[in-house]
Amino acid sequence: MKQTEQLTSRMTDKLDYEEMLGCMRCGFCLPTCPTYIHSKDETASPRGRIAIMKGVVDGLIEPDAGVEKTLNECLGCLACEPACPAGVRYSVLLEDARAAITVHKRATGQMDVRERLIRKVVFDGLFLSKSKMETATGFLRFYQQSGAQTLTRKLRILDWFPDQLQKMEAVLPVVPARSERVLRPERIRAAGATTARVAFFSGCLMDTMFYETNANTIKLLQAAGCDIVIPETQQCCGALHGHAGEQTGAIALAKRNIESFESLDVDYIVTNAGGCGAFLLGYDHLLKQDPEWSERAERFKAKVKDFASILIEVGFLDRVPLTLPEQLITYQDSCHLRNVQKGALAPRMLLQAIQGTTFVEQRNADHCCGSAGVYNLLQPHIANDILEMKMGHVRDTSAQTIVTSNPGCHLQMQLGIQEHGTPTMRAVHLADVLAEAMDH
Amino acid sequence: MEWINHLQTELGDEIVFSDATTRLAYSFDATPNYQAMPDAVVAPRSTEDVQAIMRLCQTYRVPVIARGSATNLAGGTTPLAGGLVMDFRHMGKILEIDEKNLTVTVEPGCITARLAEAVEARGLFYPPDPSSMKISTIGGNISENSGGLRGLKYGVTADYVLALEAVLPSGDVLKTGGKLAKDVAGYDLTRLLVGSEGTLAVITEATLKLIPLPETKQTMIAHFSDLDGAARTVSRIIESRIIPATLEFMDKKTIEVVEAYANIGLPTDVGALLLLEQDGPSEVVRRDIEAMHAICLTEGATHVEVARDEVHAETLRYARRTALSALARLRPTTILEDATVPRSEIAEMVRRIEAIGRTYDIEIATFGHAGDGNLHPTVATDARDHEEMERVEAAFADIFAAALELGGTITGEHGVGAMKAPYLEWKLGAAGIDVMKGIKLAFDPHGIMNPQKMFAKAAKKRLVQGGGV
Ligand SMILES: Cc1cc2nc3c(=O)[nH]c(=O)nc-3n(C[C@H](O)[C@H](O)[C@H](O)COP(=O)(O)OP(=O)(O)OC[C@H]3O[C@@H](n4cnc5c(N)ncnc54)[C@H](O)[C@@H]3O)c2cc1C
Ligand code: SF4
Ligand code: SF4
Repeated sequence: MKQTEQLTSRMTDKLDYEEMLGCMRCGFCLPTCPTYIHSKDETASPRGRIAIMKGVVDGLIEPDAGVEKTLNECLGCLACEPACPAGVRYSVLLEDARAAITVHKRATGQMDVRERLIRKVVFDGLFLSKSKMETATGFLRFYQQSGAQTLTRKLRILDWFPDQLQKMEAVLPVVPARSERVLRPERIRAAGATTARVAFFSGCLMDTMFYETNANTIKLLQAAGCDIVIPETQQCCGALHGHAGEQTGAIALAKRNIESFESLDVDYIVTNAGGCGAFLLGYDHLLKQDPEWSERAERFKAKVKDFASILIEVGFLDRVPLTLPEQLITYQDSCHLRNVQKGALAPRMLLQAIQGTTFVEQRNADHCCGSAGVYNLLQPHIANDILEMKMGHVRDTSAQTIVTSNPGCHLQMQLGIQEHGTPTMRAVHLADVLAEAMDH
Repeated sequence: MEWINHLQTELGDEIVFSDATTRLAYSFDATPNYQAMPDAVVAPRSTEDVQAIMRLCQTYRVPVIARGSATNLAGGTTPLAGGLVMDFRHMGKILEIDEKNLTVTVEPGCITARLAEAVEARGLFYPPDPSSMKISTIGGNISENSGGLRGLKYGVTADYVLALEAVLPSGDVLKTGGKLAKDVAGYDLTRLLVGSEGTLAVITEATLKLIPLPETKQTMIAHFSDLDGAARTVSRIIESRIIPATLEFMDKKTIEVVEAYANIGLPTDVGALLLLEQDGPSEVVRRDIEAMHAICLTEGATHVEVARDEVHAETLRYARRTALSALARLRPTTILEDATVPRSEIAEMVRRIEAIGRTYDIEIATFGHAGDGNLHPTVATDARDHEEMERVEAAFADIFAAALELGGTITGEHGVGAMKAPYLEWKLGAAGIDVMKGIKLAFDPHGIMNPQKMFAKAAKKRLVQGGGV
């Protein structure tokens, strides 16, 4: 069998034909898609991408480099999903197509050494185990604190890396010491009367690089009257694996997370990163081959909710006054929080409640910032164009404070400020700015 | 292919594409069950580019399919004979808003909603608003003569086209009309190009008429326990010399599906629903809304509600706006038609559609622009089920026949394309088709402009008369 035929049959096995057939090609998704807005090219639209996947399965085209390119260029922001009148689950198609391609490339030895190595280190090494992740961020911390960072910057060691990585390196947050991070107890009692019992999904990046934000999220939940449990056995959500076509790794992580949370007697499983939250909601599809697990996944996902929506629900704003010095605040939606978790409203309600500040909505706040997981590293040109457009809208609001709700978006907005912003601008996670407003 | 190389050398690689992925992405439009691969795709940057392309295609006899956003529902941009798809991604600019003459001049790829927003920002109004306006292009709207929700009061696209620039298959530029309120110099070529579905020439620039933006607007919804009440209301409103900005209709089946999907609390005993809007000076709007409110009640409306504010208006519009989404989720394939009858025949037409659905044992839900007599009988089906698809096709043939019998037409706004080409003769007769063929030949002697559209190889035999009632 020719290699393209093999890939065609892999895609045919993997892709849900009903789902592709559900697309009636009305084009309602076109004006929401950042890559289509950028190029006006149908190969870069959701409608085009679905037709291309279906074209492969129907045998109209071969799955060549062009097919892979259009799928790689998709941000995975899922703005196309809520826009679709027919309810096509594009995310499911995209992930399955990418998985088929990854499996195929690995099986046929088409993955070059560099890509294999990166995938091995990142997916099998770092993100599959929390302790490895902690060691890695430990290195990062050492690197930052010891002066090695200044040294490498001076020696231009990063010149090796693509441009984008160098720019990202400058905006990485300072990782707190491990000892500080391990002190956190597994159970935390609500301040005052209990309004809800929640289990906190700490996330891997969030719990290392963005430890401070996790600490603040817990503080807010506590102030809102939540009894909090943080199960030690939980793992990375698996989103990075899933989006990169590494489904086996993602499935392993999903199962361990379900095991960690399902026995807990809680009302909610709280997330504070849009990307993780959305991926947890897709566990049932990820595990669909296994009815027993998929059922457990459904029970699990019914409890998943973003922290901002929980704060609103339990009456945080009635309990806790929020104030900050005078400033203009704008919000950048996390695509997955908005499009998958349907959590666009709560962050805005919380921000508007901060006394002394003014909330300004930016134009197209709901459009992806171009971060999209590791997209900005893999597709720097498109990502940079999208970011530049985004920063134009941010500047139009004159806001100094740009609030985000996902680590990737956070770093991307930092990068945006560095490249196209003004010196007084700052990017902050929603939990951090709320904690600031609570203490003020 | 030699012509593709030639095109690439003449225009540059950056705007000529012949890779399989691109060809596939331009192989379809919004019409169910239509797909065919073009040989190449070109994205001209200017009228001069279009001229060069046309000369070359004429020489090599290559089919040219002008394509806006491919939202048409008649197979209009599916490259059935292969050839070259012409895409207007680089020709989407608003060239001028002329506040003295109240006109706007745009390139063909300009998105309808973008134009509407831009002129509204200056207190001006471009009324044609097809439901697809956030996606559709002006080039596509003009070529289909698209209508919208405001058609009853404000007319359709044709009523706003003042001047066109188009490139003929020979490569020559044709300029028609002008920023003129009156113009009788020769045949009305502007009107001829409107609705020509890319079969005559490529439109490269359009000047459109604008009007002052209405000062206010009010929205109202009325529930009826039966179809006749709603239909009588439509007739009575028009008889009373009220021309509402919007007069939209949903039948029982549509309401059931919408309620099942959206759970918005539509009562289950509702047999039909009307959405009414009026715009203009506030006294006029208030007076008309009050009068229409009274008519609804006299004709047996079970519930009438006027929107308090814009947010409330949006919730009232929700049911009508959700109709397509709800229907689209029922089954894999959604086929939306647009048979149109004189307003006075709406109730009769809906009844005939219901009967045809029963005859062929298919589920047809009907909604649409009641004020224009323009209905959208919609079938949720599955293209893979050939037996059912045959019944669906037979049912649509009967629907077309019924519309014609009631003095109507086979398509009110979606166009003929490939899908309705076999039925066109039913409407125009042999003489009409002959005149059209003569016109086609005068513009496009070699038949390279959007072949297999508008003109069918063979007309459909009209077997069933009167829609099987
Ligand atoms: C969900 C949905 C709702 C819709 N609602 C409505 C509605 O309310 N009212 C209505 O009237 N229609 C409606 N339509 C149909 C469709 O949107 C309209 O026909 C629209 O005008 C098509 O615009 P387009 O840019 O997508 O054109 P295309 O589909 O790309 O092209 C349409 C035709 O125009 C020709 N064409 C395009 N550009 C040029 C050019 N520059 N020169 C020459 N020929 C050209 C093409 O060859 C083709 O024949 C709807 C469609 C969908 C999917
Ligand atoms: S996920 Fe985002 S980038 Fe990808 S097709 Fe959908 S809207 Fe476009
Ligand atoms: S909105 Fe949905 S049905 Fe329409 S083209 Fe996009 S994916 Fe397909």
